[in-house]
Amino acid sequence: MDVTVKIKRYDPESNNADYVWQEYPIAIDENATVLDALIQIREDDDGTLSLRCSCRSAICGSCAMKINGQGGLACKTKASESMDKDGVIRVEPAGNMDTVKDLVADFDMFWNKIREIEPYLQPEGEVPDGEYVVSNESMLHLSAVTACILCGACVSDCTVLEVDKSFLGPAALAKAYRFTADPRDGNEDGVSRDRLKVLGQPSGMWDCTRCNMCVQVCPKGVAPMDRIMAMHDQAIEAGYGNNNGARHADAFIESVGHTGRLDELRLPVKTVGITNIPALLGFAPVGWRAMTHGKLPPLIHKSVEDVQIIRNLYRKLEQ
Amino acid sequence: MLEHDVLVVGAGLAGMRAAIAARDSGANAAIISKVHPVRSHSNAAQGGINAALTDRGDNWEDHAYDTIKGSDFLGDQDAIEVMCRAAGQSLIDMEHMGVTFNRDDEGKLGTRAFGGQRVARTFFVGDFTGQALLHVMFEQLVKSGVQSYEEWFVTSLIMEDGKISGVTALEIRTGQVHAIKAKTVILCTGGCGRLFEPSTNALIVTGDGMGLAYNVGARLMDMEMVQYHPTTIAGSGVLLSEAARGEGAYLRDRHGNRFMEKYAPNMMELASRDVVSRAEQTEINAGNGIDGCVHLDCTHLGERFIMEKLPQIRELGIDLTGKDMIKEPVPIRPGMHYIMGGIKTDIDGQTNIPGIYAAGECANVSVHGGNRLGANSLLDTIVFGERSGSHAADASKGVSFSNFNPDEVVANEERRLQEILDRPDNGDRWSKIRREMGDSMNRNVAVFRTKEGIEETIEELQGLKQRYSSVPVHNKGKVFNTDLIFALELGFMIDCAEAIAISALERKESRGAQFRLDYPNRDDDNWLKHIVVTQGELGPELSELPVTITKWTPEERKY
Ligand SMILES: Cc1cc2nc3c(=O)[nH]c(=O)nc-3n(C[C@H](O)[C@H](O)[C@H](O)COP(=O)(O)OP(=O)(O)OC[C@H]3O[C@@H](n4cnc5c(N)ncnc54)[C@H](O)[C@@H]3O)c2cc1C
Ligand code: FES
Repeated sequence: MDVTVKIKRYDPESNNADYVWQEYPIAIDENATVLDALIQIREDDDGTLSLRCSCRSAICGSCAMKINGQGGLACKTKASESMDKDGVIRVEPAGNMDTVKDLVADFDMFWNKIREIEPYLQPEGEVPDGEYVVSNESMLHLSAVTACILCGACVSDCTVLEVDKSFLGPAALAKAYRFTADPRDGNEDGVSRDRLKVLGQPSGMWDCTRCNMCVQVCPKGVAPMDRIMAMHDQAIEAGYGNNNGARHADAFIESVGHTGRLDELRLPVKTVGITNIPALLGFAPVGWRAMTHGKLPPLIHKSVEDVQIIRNLYRKLEQ
Repeated sequence: MLEHDVLVVGAGLAGMRAAIAARDSGANAAIISKVHPVRSHSNAAQGGINAALTDRGDNWEDHAYDTIKGSDFLGDQDAIEVMCRAAGQSLIDMEHMGVTFNRDDEGKLGTRAFGGQRVARTFFVGDFTGQALLHVMFEQLVKSGVQSYEEWFVTSLIMEDGKISGVTALEIRTGQVHAIKAKTVILCTGGCGRLFEPSTNALIVTGDGMGLAYNVGARLMDMEMVQYHPTTIAGSGVLLSEAARGEGAYLRDRHGNRFMEKYAPNMMELASRDVVSRAEQTEINAGNGIDGCVHLDCTHLGERFIMEKLPQIRELGIDLTGKDMIKEPVPIRPGMHYIMGGIKTDIDGQTNIPGIYAAGECANVSVHGGNRLGANSLLDTIVFGERSGSHAADASKGVSFSNFNPDEVVANEERRLQEILDRPDNGDRWSKIRREMGDSMNRNVAVFRTKEGIEETIEELQGLKQRYSSVPVHNKGKVFNTDLIFALELGFMIDCAEAIAISALERKESRGAQFRLDYPNRDDDNWLKHIVVTQGELGPELSELPVTITKWTPEERKY
């Protein structure tokens, strides 16, 4: 099978500070993965091509990259299913991270965020002599999350990280959920109060905008966004609903439920609280800039035409 | 200056366990790895980890006996006793650290059956046990605060007066060479599977630690004992775990017959790996296979069961063969999987070189002998990783660092690497040489071996060695130059390949994974002993060591 692999290459040591697209026309096996093709290029055609890969079986997490613009594992992506009509597969390094060289992304930020969530079990009670006796269901539930191989595909395509690098991101938050949902972590009832409190701070769990991108690109079915949503519930249940993030979520829901659109003017007010004068004053420069650039939201917040449909939807959901 | 009491090379399960243990014993420990710790090959273990838990009516002696019988009586029984006694506590420790082991109906740890064992004592997390353990070990490494050099490639061991004094390493990201001083070094670099083509092993499994140790005088033992796993995918060689058979899958020939009836009427598909692999190869050679494979049949297990117990290997089957095991059998065949041999150590991980330790797949404490039981390797990494970590920590107390001049050492190593980079670009690249080596090993030093075949490979290896001495590196850059790294790895692989081949030629009997068509029987009178390879002036030298037998006398092995 003939294919052209078009690789976004970058060499920090070359005089050319920018990246270049390089095309490799090669013949590969029908069953070959994108990784097989890249390895073939590296071994037979061009020893200067750098990429990370190891297991070839979607378990080590090394080979996450953008294939035709979307994050994924090269070793889990069939080449034959990735070609466009001209037989071209486009490959570039994972997004939202700097590039070290060619397809090698700089994962420092990724690992720092994993470290930031204190990624180890923290039981508060007595540790038993034998194993913890817990239900198989609870372990199977967790295993669906610990199946995360930390490949970074979700981080590569996260739309929040695109605009805010301080966001903990889907991988670290899914990892955090793996502890908050573990009956062995936290107090005797398995509630990880301290974690939930810390994770509720800015750049934490409430900054997810639910775009669902991480769920789509995850090669292991971990569904990070769903875990983040589940963590929201845990936080509210543990009494940490009274913070900016949770209020932001409430205000968001309320606004859309009421008028069918987001009231951008009142959202920040409801998020920080009407009596929080210092925080409100903090918004003044943003407001000023928005106004001078003609981007201030209308003062009178109108409903969309079919708001009734949205309200009905809300009612159904509540039932 | 970088200096550590205990420097662990390799951040798989063995390495991280060792580093944590060394730190717990009060040492200034560090770990260095050519890939980020969670990318290590321990990830790939699917099936599980063995332990005899007494509260389930099992006991360590039964586990030890199964292991010894599995080893075809070549395993050292003192080491096996240590491992099997420690297994229960090690397993519980891992559970306390956070591993999400599957449970039984009462919420206690659940088990599955595995090959070569009379009771189900394999504990597991779905079918990704290795990944689950590795990630939890990494969590503990983060917690312990051990210094970690990630994506640093160790290029050589620094010796002084016959003792270890540190390592040189290439920081892959920058191309900078560093010298790190260490009072003790623990090699936990994993196996050497990639010197076979194909292999179930990850691309990074290249025998570096064995090569490094061999080059400074350490002993490689039982290198002829190479495990071929019965269920690997043709072509890529990727593994479909023994867990499939453990959970009830059948092996069938092209007529649909369960051929294991002929070879192991009692244990059937769950006989020892060497036995099942030979049975498959015999059937394939006799024309009863399907395109060089036999069938792994899970269709009778049902969708729900497969989705709960074997989800990842079902995915692998779909991704790599296009076959969904819920609906149809998957073609598989024996493939290179594991090396029982390795750097000879005692039960505390010490090698014959002062200050050098080894643990995990690169080591040979001699718990696997001629054939490793499935799910005993993860156990080996954890038990002996921990023991070597604490022993090395104690041994480095009161010892002072060597006073070698790091700048000089770095300059020398830089010169050596630069010479490799400066070679002319003509001649075969590492990839071609590696493939030829892999083909040759897989042809002649595989499931069935003969004198002629092994000799042919030894001769081919000499030619490859010659070509390797001038192998070019096309990438001349510093940043993430994997071209250079693969060339260096190939050197380690060739050393290991040679040790494997000459040991296989030397052992004139059939035992465990070594099956000689020209010597088809086990011969305890002459060969109940270990074969050892060391580096001599003119090349590899052979010697022998006795097998330690405590209370289990060798007997005929039937399944
Ligand atoms: C597909 C597969 C399935 C398996 N299933 C099971 C199972 O179910 N049960 C079981 O018990 N066993 C199983 N095994 C065997 C088991 O997984 C391995 O033997 C074991 O995990 C090896 O662990 P390790 O710590 O010794 O080495 P690894 O995990 O391989 O780690 C080696 C480390 O050394 C580092 N390294 C190597 N060279 C260098 C260098 N030059 N410089 C710096 N760092 C270096 C690497 O970066 C890596 O961190 C399986 C093996 C395979 C291949
Ligand atoms: S190579 Fe390991 S995940 Fe792709």
